[in-house]
Amino acid sequence: MPWTREQMAIRAAQELRDGFYVNLGIGIPTLVANHIPKGMSVTLQSENGMLGMGPFPYEDEVDPDLINAGKQTISTLPTSSFFSSADSFAMIRGGHINLCILGGMQVAGNGDLANWMVPGKMIKGMGGAMDLVAGVRRVVVVMEHTEKSGEPKFKRRCSLPLTGSGVVDLLITDLAVFEIDRKGAGARMIELAAGVSPEDVQARTEADYIVAI
Amino acid sequence: MSTKLYPDAHSALRGLTFDGMTVMAGGFGLCGIPENLIVGLRDSGAKALTIIGNNVGCDNHGMWLVLANGQIRRVVASYVGDNKILESRFIAGDIEIEFNPQGTLAERIRAGGAGIPAFFTRTGYGTMVAEGKETREFGGEWYVMETGLTADIALVKAWKGDPEGNLVYRRTARNFNPMIATAAKVTIAEVEELVPAGTLDPDAIHTPGIYVQRLVVGAHYDKHIERLTTRKREAN
Repeated sequence: MPWTREQMAIRAAQELRDGFYVNLGIGIPTLVANHIPKGMSVTLQSENGMLGMGPFPYEDEVDPDLINAGKQTISTLPTSSFFSSADSFAMIRGGHINLCILGGMQVAGNGDLANWMVPGKMIKGMGGAMDLVAGVRRVVVVMEHTEKSGEPKFKRRCSLPLTGSGVVDLLITDLAVFEIDRKGAGARMIELAAGVSPEDVQARTEADYIVAI
Repeated sequence: MSTKLYPDAHSALRGLTFDGMTVMAGGFGLCGIPENLIVGLRDSGAKALTIIGNNVGCDNHGMWLVLANGQIRRVVASYVGDNKILESRFIAGDIEIEFNPQGTLAERIRAGGAGIPAFFTRTGYGTMVAEGKETREFGGEWYVMETGLTADIALVKAWKGDPEGNLVYRRTARNFNPMIATAAKVTIAEVEELVPAGTLDPDAIHTPGIYVQRLVVGAHYDKHIERLTTRKREAN
């Protein structure tokens, strides 16, 4: 059985380590915050200018001056700090964030990521994604293994405009987990969702990888 | 004695707006946008504007008002989702959009205000953002040259300000406002609360008054929330 969105988030949460500063993207990555292991201290960064993001607020705590990068209302923690966008991206670009977990449209076997634009269709802009993949020490992408049409999203080469070139360290799909070498040594499949066979994955993947389970 | 204080947003903009000008405006989504000055900019009627900011409002709110009024020709931004008019005018070729990675945009504005004409960043290397730009290798890594940005006027929103123009922002409403305050020929700040000189802790001022030429107390704050998200209290 392919993993659900929640199961993908649970798998991504295994990449967290005690003391990490982490940036979570929109969609499935946001769910990772619900699965931080008990007893582990993880500080969430929001690129619009906050460290120490708290949970969604109670209705009577909602504050329009307090949102995350997905424009959702959030809350503070006793450890929270606020700063400007320039400071926020200095933190990101300067390699001070340990881990970011992002969604993806396409990932290639060489670590290229496309997740911001579909020419002629989706024209929204890249927001902070390009800075995050360029500056954060470890980049994890969580995405469905294929398009709804069945088209593979883990490719030899991304066909969509890139967010970053050689930037992905780990790819978690609903079928499997792949380790990717940014320096071009290729991809290794290291885990399968329960009940998914290596052949199932092979049939739905365009990228080259070796099986290392 | 000179004063930076203006009675309202419209008078604070008087004499500064003209067709073809470049305007920077603070805010992330609708959080920390200069709501009152945006209405003033719309009512000024200035056309063919270049707008620099993270976003260009969203449907029915913020800089969308200026966009819907047909005053914008070019946009320099990082994210313009949730804005149907902008998307359709861009596809129709009526508006030019220069997409910048968010951190690159923030740094370009910071650099512009700090007298730095250009800098190198790893962000965007190997992507279409780097096309046509100088690239250079430092320490075995490749970087893209980006240029500083400046504007004719900057519109910023702060929480509190004093008559000197010292500003304090609140929570994530700070975002692009501090850099934008530094990067224009004239900066107009709107504040929720004007406090007497000496009230703000000098150690806690985010934007020193030197950057602010005109100051106004916002008449009305809508503070529209784009994605209201809450959790339920667990029953005892």
